[in-house]
Amino acid sequence: MTFLTEAAIDAARLAAMVAGPGRGAQVSFVGTVRNHQAGRQVRELHYTAYGPMAEAQCVAIVAEAENRWPVSVALQHRVGTLTIGDAAVVVVVTGDHREEAFAACRFVIEEVKHRVPIWKRERYADGTEAWVDPTAALDPAETGSP
Amino acid sequence: MTIDHVRPIHIRLLLFARYAEVVGVEACDLVLSASATVADALAELRLRYPAADILPTRPLCARNHSQVAMEDEVRDGDELALLPPLAGG
Repeated sequence: MTFLTEAAIDAARLAAMVAGPGRGAQVSFVGTVRNHQAGRQVRELHYTAYGPMAEAQCVAIVAEAENRWPVSVALQHRVGTLTIGDAAVVVVVTGDHREEAFAACRFVIEEVKHRVPIWKRERYADGTEAWVDPTAALDPAETGSP
Repeated sequence: MTIDHVRPIHIRLLLFARYAEVVGVEACDLVLSASATVADALAELRLRYPAADILPTRPLCARNHSQVAMEDEVRDGDELALLPPLAGG
C-alpha cells in the first residue's frame, strides 16, 4: 500500500492493519476538507505531491514514530481533487496504552505537515483559486522554511 | 568558478505547485560546473528562465528526496527539487 492515494481513504482498513490482541489503545487523526479558510468560502481542494519524496518521507516518519514509542502506525494522504468533508489525511496509531498512542499520533501528523512535499490549491465559491501557503502570514519575505 | 579543468555535471531540476506555475516549467536539465552548489543551480535556473526571479532567494530544496541547504553541493545525476511551502494535511 502506498502512502499517497487518489482513491478515498479507507480508515477502517488502516485501523485493521495496526490492530492486535495486545493493543489496548487506538488513536486516529482524520484531517478533512473544511468549507472555509481565512474568511473565504472554500468549494474544493486540489492536492498535488512530489510523489517519490512524499513516499520516502512517510516511510521515514512512520519508522521514527515506531522506534520512539511502542506503537504501530498506519498513514495515508490523498492527492487529487477533494470536496468538503473528504478525508485528506488519516493517521491510525495503536499501542498497548493510550499515552504512547496519543503521543505518536500527534508526532506523525505534525511531521507530515512539516516534511512531506504536498501542496494544495483552494478553489473558492466565487470561482477563484489560490495555492495555500501556510508560511505567508508568518513571514512573506522568507518562504523557505516549512 | 571554472569549468576549464573538470567535467561539468548534469542535474535534473524539478519545480512544483506555485513554483512550476510562475516559472512556467515543471522540469529542466541543467549543466553545471563540478562542485556546483544548490545555489549555483538556482542561479542557472534564473538565467534560463527570467520568471524564476520571482522565487524566494532561499527556497526549500530537496536533493534526491532529502532536504538540503543552499550551500550543499550537487553531484552529477542528482535530482534537485524546488519545494514551495509545504501544505499537506
